[in-house]
Amino acid sequence: MKPAPFVHHAPRTLDEAVAVLAEVGHDGKVLAGGQSLIPMLSMRLAAPAHLVDINGVAGLDSLTVDGGYVRVGATVRHRGVERSEEGYAVLPLLRQALLNVAHPAIRNRGTTVGSIAHADAAGEMPSIAVLTDAVIEVRGPQGSREIAAGEFFTGPLETELAADELVTAVRFGRFAPGTRTGFVESARRSGDYAMAGVGVALTAAEGTVTAARASFVSVTDVPDVLDLTPVLAGASAGDIASRSDDLVTAVREHVAPEGDIHATADYRRMLAAELTRRLVAEVMSR
Amino acid sequence: MNTSVATHDAEALVPVHVTVNGAPYGASVPARRLLSDFLRHDLRLTGTHVGCEHGVCGACTILLDGEPVRSCLMFAVQAVGHEVTTVEGCGTIESMGPVQQAFTECHGLQCGFCTPGFITTITAFLKENPAPTQDEAREAISGNLCRCTGYQNIVKSVLRAAEIAGEQAGKTR
Repeated sequence: MKPAPFVHHAPRTLDEAVAVLAEVGHDGKVLAGGQSLIPMLSMRLAAPAHLVDINGVAGLDSLTVDGGYVRVGATVRHRGVERSEEGYAVLPLLRQALLNVAHPAIRNRGTTVGSIAHADAAGEMPSIAVLTDAVIEVRGPQGSREIAAGEFFTGPLETELAADELVTAVRFGRFAPGTRTGFVESARRSGDYAMAGVGVALTAAEGTVTAARASFVSVTDVPDVLDLTPVLAGASAGDIASRSDDLVTAVREHVAPEGDIHATADYRRMLAAELTRRLVAEVMSR
Repeated sequence: MNTSVATHDAEALVPVHVTVNGAPYGASVPARRLLSDFLRHDLRLTGTHVGCEHGVCGACTILLDGEPVRSCLMFAVQAVGHEVTTVEGCGTIESMGPVQQAFTECHGLQCGFCTPGFITTITAFLKENPAPTQDEAREAISGNLCRCTGYQNIVKSVLRAAEIAGEQAGKTR
């Protein structure tokens, strides 16, 4: 349970970080919060020869509300995003989801951007990235580029990111006026990986739904958005229950869970649909 | 001289100077030294306990600049420039902190292995929420595992510690 030897690089600027990454390539790994990476190193599931520790890199530690986005730098801790009143005011979904990420002691150290770069299908924040149409800001030897969250995730723990690139920030998109959001998940114990989880964004005008979307945790290989507008359009808080059967069917057809020791695939599918049904009703009733 | 970063020695010793419980400490360790092992082996501060070593059990929880973090999920080199507080910094046998006193009064521990992580976690929690409800107390300790007590007396200890801290604050006012 001890990591294999590695060289610790502590660049102070983004240019230095990119230069080190370019040189070590596939032998290197970016270390931000380390709350997923360090367990993998300790269990020797990964043994990179170089760790590029970006915690001291200037300019990556701020959260800003920037036009239509909430922009989160690569070294902002989950706790920092969760506690940001500025972020909560314009995109409450961030805090709603983050309260489900492990425990405070993990959130104090883990970074929101790092969990997106890690791309765990059981992670909450990759799912939130796609639900908000986030933009992933990437820096590499060739310069900067931006990747839409919907294109970023290519498989469990796999992304479009090249070995010599790092994510410098994620811009979470704000929703249209009149949008209410919610997030819920079910885990064996508080703070554990969810057996299933769901975030929803419901846009309503004059009390009836005009647009609706959802994304999921732990029940899809890659986070993607389920458009619920065809199922929920025109519904109001009073008659949302009449859409339940169609809503449950849409979710069951969208998710593709795998079974494990904690829950069978069938159970997870049922759970995802039921959590969505309850969450939609709860968000509509607010 | 070869300046290539790829040829650096992975087992080279790195000097690490940190402030622990208000006092300066230093040792030279390989970069892969976990902060938990640094505290116990290099600094001989064995109050911090190491359980699962992958962030699940919470026994190694310390305060980094006042916020609880898992010391097994950090490298010692990353603590440079930060203030670390361990259970040794939460009180002494002669003068226990409010959380320690509450644990003794409420029988909040049995074997004591998990206790250092609970003490640090609860100390930070009560600073943020000085008068928690029972549900909030239960949620606050949900990231720490205890295999002895069944948690009931730990929840009582959280509530009692809040009372003691409140009484102490009243006296000094």
